[in-house]
Amino acid sequence: MNWQTLTAALFPQGCDVREEHQVLTGGGTVGSDTVAVVGTTGHVPIGVETALAQARFILETVRGHPGRPILILVDTQGQRLRHRDEMLGINSYMAHLGKCVELARRRGHRIVALVYDQALSGGFITSGLMADACYALPDATIRVMGLPAMARITKVPEERLTELALDNPVFAPGPENYLRMGGIEAIWRGDLAAALVAALALDSNGDARSALGLARGGRGLAQRVIAAIVAGDDVLAP
Amino acid sequence: MRSYLEATARERLQRLLDPGSFQEFLPPSSRVVSPHLGQLNAPVAFDDGVAVGRALLAGRPVFVAAQEGGFMGGAVGEVHGAKLVGMLRRAINEQPDAVLLLLETGGVRLHEANAGLIAVSEVMRAVLDVRAAGIPVIAVIGGSNGCFGGMGIVARCTNAIVMSEEARLAMSGPEVIETASGVEEFDARDRALVWRTTGGKHRYLLGDCQALVADSVAAFRAAALDQVDRATAVPLTLDALEQEQALLTARLDRFGHVREPMELWRALGMDHPEALPLLEADAFVEHVAAVRLGAR
Repeated sequence: MNWQTLTAALFPQGCDVREEHQVLTGGGTVGSDTVAVVGTTGHVPIGVETALAQARFILETVRGHPGRPILILVDTQGQRLRHRDEMLGINSYMAHLGKCVELARRRGHRIVALVYDQALSGGFITSGLMADACYALPDATIRVMGLPAMARITKVPEERLTELALDNPVFAPGPENYLRMGGIEAIWRGDLAAALVAALALDSNGDARSALGLARGGRGLAQRVIAAIVAGDDVLAP
Repeated sequence: MRSYLEATARERLQRLLDPGSFQEFLPPSSRVVSPHLGQLNAPVAFDDGVAVGRALLAGRPVFVAAQEGGFMGGAVGEVHGAKLVGMLRRAINEQPDAVLLLLETGGVRLHEANAGLIAVSEVMRAVLDVRAAGIPVIAVIGGSNGCFGGMGIVARCTNAIVMSEEARLAMSGPEVIETASGVEEFDARDRALVWRTTGGKHRYLLGDCQALVADSVAAFRAAALDQVDRATAVPLTLDALEQEQALLTARLDRFGHVREPMELWRALGMDHPEALPLLEADAFVEHVAAVRLGAR
């Protein structure tokens, strides 16, 4: 789904979102409120400029519109793979973006993210995965990297990874697996505007993804390890 | 002088912290291993490549994690990440003077792909939660595997980073960039270029690390303690992030067209940039004091 169709469906009362260098910024009307919209499109790789432009918009929102909810629209093929971006410290630019999202949350902005096309790796960690709740469209692709590249690096045959990806949420791309592991709150089907209204109405209760992953059967150990350490236990709860 | 680079994670914990003070959470005797490696016929470790716990640093209570580069390059899987998150959340309950992260990692453990990615995100959020609780988080980077991927982002979410010149801090590894964009984009076998681009001296010049030290455990200990003492304005603030926005924008405006790190150093005002890689850490720090940037 392209972003124009998407934002029209999310904001039937109207929105004003602009695209510049594949970065989306603007706002949409929900009831009597304005929701700030920020994100990317065209599967753009997140480079230093892309990260900085999104961070600037979030800081302007925090400064100029205290408490205004923020919707992050995710479509990226991951971080930009260039020597020049590494030389400039792309990890610092991406960390800055993530910190800006965190600051907004701390100052009372509800943060909702929607993966509407692709989400990969580093580009996802500092956007959708920083939200109070990250949602996805059913056709979204979410992954760390493609199976061929993964096979090359892990030295595990691609056929074996392909086989595992069939029923193992850890290896398969796609929103259903991230849902089971707690990384995605829910998959939005049908009325997107209603789904957004419902998401905006929820409170942010800290990072509950490991607990969700345990409850949904996609990540069996993370929450138990965290709980054991916090409780000072040397054995995991069953 | 004991090398930090050559030490294992557990040796670093023993020598960087007060002797005998490290108390491990969920130690190897708990036998909590990765639930994903077995099906790939990959070996497991009883600590999943990271030790977490509490200790004393010059008598001050700290919480600490040390990643073991010798196990899957220190990469973050489900259990590894959860141990970091558990330690960070417990720190908020017990309020140590600081949290030290001895990072040596390639980022997400690809053998645990999706679970590793979510885990790194949880670590990032937990680090920022610790800072919000007023507890400074200090990253220490000096292992041979560097600090890459999502953990390179996490490092820059801490209050301060201590590096040696041998240390590397970046997002994508040179091999990944070479594979994706070609050898003319980044020659991963050109070690000098790799260090100029990702190494401690370059990061120190840009202001992305706050202390540059020689490769010795004692030097890292002194610098980590110094950063704990200096830590002010621990939680994120709008003013500080607006300042960081301005600094990162200025960096891009000033150096965005530069193609080679040595050219960047010259533009910073270093007359003989080719001499910088040869300087010892202390001499380097003194030599560049007037021109290095501050990004915090």
